[in-house]
Amino acid sequence: MSTKEKISDGAPVLRSSPATEGGSVPASRLVSSLAPPIDRSCQVPLLALFGGAALWLVVGSVLAMIASIKFHAPDFLADSAWLTYGRVQPAADNALLYGFCIPAALGVMLWLFARLSQAPLYLPFVTVAAASLWHLGVLVGFVGILIGDSTGFAWLEFPRGGSVLLFAAFLLIAISATATFGQRRERELYPSHWFLLAALLWFPWIYATANLFLVAWPVRGVVQAAIDFWFANNLLFVWLGLAGLGVSFYFLPKLAGRPLQSRYLALFAFWTLVIFGTWCGIPQGAPLPAWMPALSAVAGSLTIVPVLAVVAIMWQTLHGSTNCEPRGGPFCFIRFGLASFVLSALMLIAMACPQISRVTEFTWFGLAQTQLQLYGFFAMTMFGAIYQLLPRAVGFEFPFPKLTRFHFWISMLGVLLLVVPLAVGGVVQGLKWANPDVAVMDVSTATLPFLRVSTTGLLLILLGNLLFALNIFGLTFIWKLALLRRAIAVLKTPLEAEGETGSAFASLRRDKEVQA
Amino acid sequence: MKNGALVFLTVFIALGASWCGFVLAPTRQLGGAKQTAVLNSTDLYPVGRPGEANLGLQVYRANGCAACHTEQVRQSGVACNVVLTSAGKNPEAVSNLVFSLKLNGLAKEVADAVSDRVSAAGGKAEIRIVATGPDIARGWGKRQSVTEDYLYDDSVQLGSLRAGPDLSNAGVRAPDANWQLVHLYAPPSEVKGSTMPPFRYLFDVRKIGDAPSQDALVFPKGFGPPAGYEVVPKAEAKELAAYLLSLRVNVPLYSAPFTP
Repeated sequence: MSTKEKISDGAPVLRSSPATEGGSVPASRLVSSLAPPIDRSCQVPLLALFGGAALWLVVGSVLAMIASIKFHAPDFLADSAWLTYGRVQPAADNALLYGFCIPAALGVMLWLFARLSQAPLYLPFVTVAAASLWHLGVLVGFVGILIGDSTGFAWLEFPRGGSVLLFAAFLLIAISATATFGQRRERELYPSHWFLLAALLWFPWIYATANLFLVAWPVRGVVQAAIDFWFANNLLFVWLGLAGLGVSFYFLPKLAGRPLQSRYLALFAFWTLVIFGTWCGIPQGAPLPAWMPALSAVAGSLTIVPVLAVVAIMWQTLHGSTNCEPRGGPFCFIRFGLASFVLSALMLIAMACPQISRVTEFTWFGLAQTQLQLYGFFAMTMFGAIYQLLPRAVGFEFPFPKLTRFHFWISMLGVLLLVVPLAVGGVVQGLKWANPDVAVMDVSTATLPFLRVSTTGLLLILLGNLLFALNIFGLTFIWKLALLRRAIAVLKTPLEAEGETGSAFASLRRDKEVQA
Repeated sequence: MKNGALVFLTVFIALGASWCGFVLAPTRQLGGAKQTAVLNSTDLYPVGRPGEANLGLQVYRANGCAACHTEQVRQSGVACNVVLTSAGKNPEAVSNLVFSLKLNGLAKEVADAVSDRVSAAGGKAEIRIVATGPDIARGWGKRQSVTEDYLYDDSVQLGSLRAGPDLSNAGVRAPDANWQLVHLYAPPSEVKGSTMPPFRYLFDVRKIGDAPSQDALVFPKGFGPPAGYEVVPKAEAKELAAYLLSLRVNVPLYSAPFTP
């Protein structure tokens, strides 16, 4: 079924027959009942993960809008405790990170592992259960934050009930993904494998550490803050970096029409990212023993190495690309995501520098960096990957394909309008905070124009998210309708010998036999 | 890399190293920390917060106050100020000398030399150690925040954004409970143009019964409830105010010295 081609630089590219090749067939040519077994094994898990993710994406951006409006009108929705700024803001952030980013990445990962292994997903029903468990965990945590049960730790706000569910769900998905990986036919690893396998191990470790040391048996005093800094950096910078780059390095060469340039550079980026990146994240002004911020500053400056490697990979792979898809397609999402990763990593490195940190610490600059990382890099990469893979996995084209391209333009503009004003406003704010002659009120007034523009950015992002959700839900509906139609068709046909007709599963089984 | 085991090993070593560095090491170094002595005193620091203030920390956490406020003061350095305490027998010479010298923001050696010259002229001078930096100049604290300040807090609310002022010394800067409560209920009444959201849901507005409540807030002119009504803080509001009043990191420590 698959043949391996060695490209001159030694990077193996898996090529397979057109019917099973994820990236190379126009989806319109595929018919649902003929979706190959690898893709069919992924259908339900992917729709479960992506459907919930799309919902949280919209919920999160609505809450982010509410939080942002509060800066222009502090009285807005101020009379209900659960809609106060200090709850809405973390709820929005968590909905974006835990509700969308991570489950979307898990879905893409499962498909990638099955695709790269040339084997159907192992235990697909476990991953479906895990997807529901994950989204239930997000719901528990999200409601927990709104009713005031937040743990009070940045990026770990979900109360205990929610985080236990998330942890269990992640383990189940990781088991399925690793087992699928173990079934691979091609023993040689593709660069995406390293990044994604590392991500599968990374998350349970940091999430368990943070929850045990901060929530279950909290350590004393300021050590809590140290562990939270470590956790947040390892999740937002390293984990998102690993998962996002892993996905990028799969789709980038496919979309560019030439192999990844090069495998060794990608390996270098991987090693340096996990070795240096994991030590970043302790702010320079933190009230911790001085060796900790100092170590983070050193690690921060060394992190320039993997960033440069990513720039080189991107440059060389895209140079001479033969891609001719209409502008605004998955290729644009992935490219924009990579560029955002480089930019947000540079911002992170800048903030690790003590001289710059004096100004940017405690300002909107830090939030600009996180938003660029979460949305500009990670969410955009996931949008591109999902737009590329989901029609192929499900066997139907998106109901509104033009809106996917519109989504790109509107989201790109939204990210620019969100991140640039926050970053510039943060520097202005930092310079004003550094001058004790500027009154507190004048500092906060000076940032308001920047916040106004960023609210516009959030509005555009919300619109883009709605378009995404519309397409995901539309596709799910089409898929369910087709399943129903086939079930009815099976019902209407004369009874077969096995007596198994009348259920959708029977029709699926029948398809399998036909294919075999 | 040919197999998954090598990837897992890489991750294990890389993440394990930073886990030892940033999770295990600070836990070993600070996890068993105890109270320390206040500089030049036998008092111990920190003393735990009173019960109501401790409950207030949970209100602070639940409402996400740390989304906009930090509880960490930064300082850029330490300097010495020379303060004349007595002009001695020859006040004219001493005051001429003092006017001709720079007295504030000196290095230790310079301050000693200035102090010696004042003594030689017959006056008496005292060297005061002060922390420097924009946060200190804003009056947010006398010194930087250090690990000792957070010993009894759970959860520690460092905060990462200053959309509003730092609160490390909120209790020193605004020691009046009524001010804190009125500010929570209607921020613009105490701080003109404030962008802080009001926390009206922590208060009851009710008709004044036979006698006004003892807890009723006293508002500045033009901000109170309609005549015949009073604003009474709920338990959470009182706890939050007690917590804000308990925020005082203003004692000199060995790790953060200053002359009180």
